[in-house]
Amino acid sequence: MSAAPGPAAVAAATARARRAAAAVTDPELPMLTLADLGVLREVSADAEGGVDVALTPTYSGCPAMAAMRADVVRALKAAGFAEVRVRTALHPPWTSDWITERGRRRLAEHGISPPGPAPRHGGPVPLSLVPRRRALRCPRCGAGGAELTSEFGATACRALYRCAACGEPFEHVKEI
Amino acid sequence: MTTHDPAGDQESVYAGLLGDTDASHWAFGTGFDDPLAGVDTAVPDGVDRADLAAYCLMLGDDALVLAQRLAEWCSRAPELEEDVTLANIALDLLGQARPLLARAAQADPGAVPALPPGSPAPPEDALAFFRDEPGFRNVRLVETANGDFARSTVRLLLFAVWRLALLERLRDSRDPVLAAVAAKGVKEVAYHRDHAARWTVVLARGTEESARRVRAALEAVWPYHDELFQSHPVERRVAAAGVGPAPEDLRAPCAAVLGEVWAAAGLAPPEVPGLARVGGRAGRDGVHTEELGRLLAEMQSVARAHPLGSW
Repeated sequence: MSAAPGPAAVAAATARARRAAAAVTDPELPMLTLADLGVLREVSADAEGGVDVALTPTYSGCPAMAAMRADVVRALKAAGFAEVRVRTALHPPWTSDWITERGRRRLAEHGISPPGPAPRHGGPVPLSLVPRRRALRCPRCGAGGAELTSEFGATACRALYRCAACGEPFEHVKEI
Repeated sequence: MTTHDPAGDQESVYAGLLGDTDASHWAFGTGFDDPLAGVDTAVPDGVDRADLAAYCLMLGDDALVLAQRLAEWCSRAPELEEDVTLANIALDLLGQARPLLARAAQADPGAVPALPPGSPAPPEDALAFFRDEPGFRNVRLVETANGDFARSTVRLLLFAVWRLALLERLRDSRDPVLAAVAAKGVKEVAYHRDHAARWTVVLARGTEESARRVRAALEAVWPYHDELFQSHPVERRVAAAGVGPAPEDLRAPCAAVLGEVWAAAGLAPPEVPGLARVGGRAGRDGVHTEELGRLLAEMQSVARAHPLGSW
């Protein structure tokens, strides 16, 4: 009577699982989904009602990884998947270039300056004795010419700036 | 169960967290899941498992011990931004230590201290919190006391210059876990190195007092520098197996980067001998200064008092 689901059913289940996992939000940047952030690397359902997910950490010490993993498991169980296997994809390492266009827009809408293009390091990384100049716009007033306060902010992925025009401090997602 | 609602979360992006009955949101980072879950952990052919484990402990302990030292600055740094910065750097290093210790445990389970039955501590925590001082394989540079801000800055500079040179080469390791940890770590440690180098120049070119302090810091920390490049037999064997670079090969690239910093800062390293080895042994052999014992006593006390503790 019950035959194993065919490839079309598995593909549909994968699409459904992808939608459910992609909608989970980042615990520290909750205006972004895991898909916006680019940490959701892979979602694939199988014929037995299970699903495999690959997540990649943004920074080695990112404490949000465990929460992301737990949230993905809950979202997929709620979407009807009996078994959810989440694996860590360490390679290739996450880069801020993986933040989607929608993600960049959402960051700016919420007062956080999105990252510029990440540096490409194949060989030795050159020493930089002066802060890299970034062409930033203040996410509040839109002015250029913000001053760097610190390359390290409230989380590993953010730097701190102060707008020279409106005087407001704001965060910038670092290029890595 | 809450789901993401793109239209409804404009008012408060945190609203989705509040309706959730699962309290894990408020204790994230405290879960004990395997940092290498799903990672290909096969040991490459021709690599001795005990050597790989010892090498991972060396690199993991360097990061763990310096992370602990940097965390001691929390609430004590000269300014709030610097406080946050040092905590961030500590967190990056702790994040690098975790998969390295997990890899060590996975390559050589015999290296992991036994815990009472029922302990929820994963193997990397058992290594971090239940190993005694002679089991730690970090270089002595990272265990040195913080001193003043200049001293911590110079220590971070020497370490980050070396670690970045190491990680750049480790990206090509035959061990897939080490290669992946290195590819990620390069991006992080590049920020650490720039930060320490900029502060070194600022202090050296700042006031008379800041210049005096950074020169004194260099005098105090420099004797620990050479140990980074002294090959331990384990390092030589993993280098021969294509797992890690030979420590002496890092001398020239590190000297070139430090030369740029000294030139910009108007500093010169002192002509002082390196810290003596003890019967030919040093940090990589588990022979440490008395500073490490005090650091470990503080770092390990909670875990050792509650070996069955869970969040």
